[in-house]
Amino acid sequence: MSDARLSSAPLRVLGGFGQAVNAACRYLAPRDAGELAEALARASREGMAVALRGSGRSYGDAALGDLVVDTSGLRDLSFDPATGVATAGPGVTIEQLWREALPHGYWPAVVPGTMAPTLAGCLAANVHGKNAFRAGPTGEHVESFDLLTASGETLRCSPTERPEIFHAAIGGFGALGAFTRVQIRLKKIESGLLRVEPIRGRSLAELFDRFEERLPAADYLVGWIDATASGASLGRGQLHQGNYLSAGEDPEGPASTLRVERQGLPGTIFGVPKGILWRFLRPFMWPPGMRLLNLAKYLAGYLQPAGKSYLQSHVAFAFLLDYVPDWRRAYGRAGFIQFQPFVPKETARETFRELLSLCQREGMPPFLAVLKRHRPDPFLLTHGLDGWSLAMDFPAADRERLWALCHRMSERVLDAGGRFYFAKDAVLRPLDVERAFGRERLGRFFELKRRLDPGGLFQTSLWRRVAPPPPL
Amino acid sequence: MPTFQRAIVVGASSGIGEALARLLAAEGCHVALVARRAAELERVASAIREAGGRAELFAHDVRDFTAAPPLFERIVGALGGLDLLVYAAGVLHEPAEGEYDFEKDREMVEVNLLGAMAWGNLAAARFEAARAGTLLGISSIAGERGRRGNPAYGTSKAAMTTYLEALRNRLSRYGVRVVTAKPGYVDTAMTRGKKGLFWLVSADEAARQALGLARRGSRSGFVPRRWALVALAIRSIPSFLFRRLNV
Repeated sequence: MSDARLSSAPLRVLGGFGQAVNAACRYLAPRDAGELAEALARASREGMAVALRGSGRSYGDAALGDLVVDTSGLRDLSFDPATGVATAGPGVTIEQLWREALPHGYWPAVVPGTMAPTLAGCLAANVHGKNAFRAGPTGEHVESFDLLTASGETLRCSPTERPEIFHAAIGGFGALGAFTRVQIRLKKIESGLLRVEPIRGRSLAELFDRFEERLPAADYLVGWIDATASGASLGRGQLHQGNYLSAGEDPEGPASTLRVERQGLPGTIFGVPKGILWRFLRPFMWPPGMRLLNLAKYLAGYLQPAGKSYLQSHVAFAFLLDYVPDWRRAYGRAGFIQFQPFVPKETARETFRELLSLCQREGMPPFLAVLKRHRPDPFLLTHGLDGWSLAMDFPAADRERLWALCHRMSERVLDAGGRFYFAKDAVLRPLDVERAFGRERLGRFFELKRRLDPGGLFQTSLWRRVAPPPPL
Repeated sequence: MPTFQRAIVVGASSGIGEALARLLAAEGCHVALVARRAAELERVASAIREAGGRAELFAHDVRDFTAAPPLFERIVGALGGLDLLVYAAGVLHEPAEGEYDFEKDREMVEVNLLGAMAWGNLAAARFEAARAGTLLGISSIAGERGRRGNPAYGTSKAAMTTYLEALRNRLSRYGVRVVTAKPGYVDTAMTRGKKGLFWLVSADEAARQALGLARRGSRSGFVPRRWALVALAIRSIPSFLFRRLNV
């Protein structure tokens, strides 16, 4: 690092994954833990606020700020096949982790829809996967972590050692410190394949019914919704249930399917090289085009015989967002946002029906909608609750109207007792956050923030947008 | 065509920069005046305010590159955002026949080129993130060809023109406009008293035409337009003839 002041550090224009929120940030990419500590110390001395960043997969402004410190270069990884526990630097990605562990018969217990995120990012956002109803979020599989705080002190935290910080820093979006080491427990698997069954639902109610029927026996369960369908077909879609294979069930044998090479994603989709596929999506990125694509996807479900399952690799099942490289570029210059409300099970059906109807009435149906089931977990600012989430992708071209729509939806979600997930957020306001998490929970988090970071070293654009002005 | 609400004019204490600042302010734009000479800045700011415009002044030497980032942030904060950055700072030292003065050459490169890059990069990053904004650089027809009369000035302006072209190619996909105005002879302190000038226009007229280019989002244009003919001509002259010309 040069001796120049950090306010003159190189500029980099960075965005959220949705590319609808961008910022010109000062940027540092430390190469090791020593440089990371030095960067934080200098930022503290020079009064610059730090936003930690990994792979930049949070959709909004969670990894943007004045001085972005990119920890994705800290990628030391060791995996102990005897215990199934990995010890990793903050920049180790989900991809690096599964590639290391799979040949030993282990798979990350929780993975999001892309293998690009770093472990520090996964912990900061406390990401969930298609098995959230069973495995909970990532944080539940963390044995311990080291947290480098604003004072330069490194705190070892686990569910039993500094449990208060453990349960706040996970899901704390980098507001309390920087993860410098993560110990995470992986899941033992008997095969590199999953048994996957598609299940159709001709309406939102039917989709919910099928989902609930399948939950007890499913290891993974996720619903795709055609958010452009209306009337009696509102909320129609398709579920995919995934189940681990038991010992002896793998027809190819685990020695074959647990190989990394067996886990590849397809090189072409519908005969088109996937590297250029996003260009073919571009003409469809408007409501009528999306109606057509969603309809085609829904009807394609009829080509699969009901009740028939197939075997699919973990990678092909889990990482749908990685199928089409650069697909987000299809949204064009304005990018897109994701709005993902989490609603208690008692009110979810009605709330999601209203949200989908509202989007359609406003002429802004989500281009993609995904339904998942969740359960409560012990983390302080968790999005997890005993209920459901509906992730909706919206093009951000008409920004003013979209934000207004999201604010109307937020009101509806909050009235239903719902919550939000900061990794998928670009629109929430301080009052929304206060209502979603409650004064008591937020107060506890802010108390920890005051204790660990009294000078406000760690401040992302997200933090500045949603944190209520102190004192709470 | 965009109307600019908030603009920074670097090099606003005289010449085309001053004229641009006055013109923008007269149209209701809140202008930040940046230049080295505080007294001259004060004079320009007073004139703008007396005419009912809004101007803030910031004394700054564009060769103080490390001071630019915090100053830029401060100015953007004071204006409440930014729609337009004008880089009009420039120096011209005419070397005598047989004179090679590195210090003068360096000053021209630092002011005309490196200052433009220091401020241009800051504005480019901001505009790219915002997916909007206009950057207007005052280059010169002098950058069209390597004339024997002034190697360093021509180099600084040629490099500035290329830099602005590259920024334009980088930023157009984000809806950001980068405009290069290439004046011919303009009646300013820089040219006053020099021999052999023709097609001379006032700084006000040059500013009006340069701002027109920025408004239209033109990529690049000569000021006045007829200098395009001269540019075409001097670019077309074969090298073995060009070196014999006394330009």
